[in-house]
Amino acid sequence: MGALVSRDLKLAVRAGGGFGLGVAFFLILVSMVSFGVGPQGDLLSRISTGMLWVGAILSCLLSLDRIFALDWEDGSLELLATSPLPLELVVLAKALVHWLTTGLPLVFASPIFGALLNLEGPGYIAIAFSLLVGTPALSMIGAFGAALTVGIKRGGLLLSLLVLPFYVPTLIFGALMARTGANGSDYTSYLLLLSGITCGTIALLPFAAAAVLKINLR
Amino acid sequence: MNSLWQYANPRKFNDTADKILPWIAVLSTTCLFTGLTWGAFFTPPAERFQDSVKIIYLHVPSAMMAINAWLMMLAASLIWLVRRHYVSAMAARAAAPVGIVMTLIAMVTGAIWGQPTWGTWWAWDPRLTSFLILFMFYIGYVALWSAIENDDIAADLTSILCLVGSVFAVLSRYAVNFWNQGLHQGASLSLDREKNVADVYYTPLLLCIAGFALVFIALVLLRTRTEIHARRIRSLQLRERGDDNA
Repeated sequence: MGALVSRDLKLAVRAGGGFGLGVAFFLILVSMVSFGVGPQGDLLSRISTGMLWVGAILSCLLSLDRIFALDWEDGSLELLATSPLPLELVVLAKALVHWLTTGLPLVFASPIFGALLNLEGPGYIAIAFSLLVGTPALSMIGAFGAALTVGIKRGGLLLSLLVLPFYVPTLIFGALMARTGANGSDYTSYLLLLSGITCGTIALLPFAAAAVLKINLR
Repeated sequence: MNSLWQYANPRKFNDTADKILPWIAVLSTTCLFTGLTWGAFFTPPAERFQDSVKIIYLHVPSAMMAINAWLMMLAASLIWLVRRHYVSAMAARAAAPVGIVMTLIAMVTGAIWGQPTWGTWWAWDPRLTSFLILFMFYIGYVALWSAIENDDIAADLTSILCLVGSVFAVLSRYAVNFWNQGLHQGASLSLDREKNVADVYYTPLLLCIAGFALVFIALVLLRTRTEIHARRIRSLQLRERGDDNA
């Protein structure tokens, strides 16, 4: 499993277009928001946490079809399926690499982009913390969606259509946690709910995703 | 032989569907006609809502059927995954568009009712929001069905989508409660008679609910039967082409 993770990480870094792209998209999205709603500071700071979370979800979505598509096309997914490593762990490794290349950079970038959106003082830690807890769930749900649509040519739009409703609970609790933190209140309850969703998806969705991959590989 | 599973045989299913479809159609039309006429013309306007209360004869039954259709798809998907009965997968596929229409009816009648009563067409109330999310799940389900050419793979994938989607739909239903407080009223019907809608509206509403349920059953039977016929025609055509080549 470690070998698979390091192979995919190397591929993502060396092949280019994987690592920094999500963050760059995030930056563009944040500036588009200010162009769209206008430069008033108080308005921006009120919507900042929500926009950062929506931005995180969109930049996550952008790279989802990469999770399995390349391995599907050159046949290495079939080799992985016949290898002694259970397919569930393959899925978990793929989701982990996706998180390391898109979710984790967003966690570090979010306070900087928060400054662009005039985020309130206590919100900087809250937004980074909520993204750190919430983005693994986004990658895991995304891996399930990518496994569903891996056999479909030009399935990108369908993938977004399928995955976005699944993101609703994560988005609600993550954005609530960040907003409560930005207001300076205690966000422990939302933190617990968000981590519950993350732990639940990591525990259960690899099985669903592996089952779906087996159907697609049949 | 006398078990429910005999209807897993497509021919048996179609024979039975042929026999009972006219009855269900007549019964559902009667229920809906009586319920709607009774509800619309022979019940008094409510104290605070005036005549707008009468939209519940469409709103409540369609909202109930929107959720029940998804539950029926969930049950059919489970049966397909466990027992591999083709009729079950086809019934799940047949129910989805009916469910979409039910969800749309519920949302549109709700908006028409909400405009004079709440003063707005749409509010981000937990119930409205969860219906919007349910609508998105329906669309994804239908889109996945139509995107895959191989029927068996499509049935497998959509079944798993339906199972996982149900978990997330329930999760979203309770997540939106944290996110906004509602202005929707509570349940219109419950076993506890005290909480029910007023007695004058009760019987016509029950008739309308029965009518909507029967319409749903009739449409699912009809669409499943059509799908069975379509598949048989396709396989016959394939066999004929095979004979030509031989």
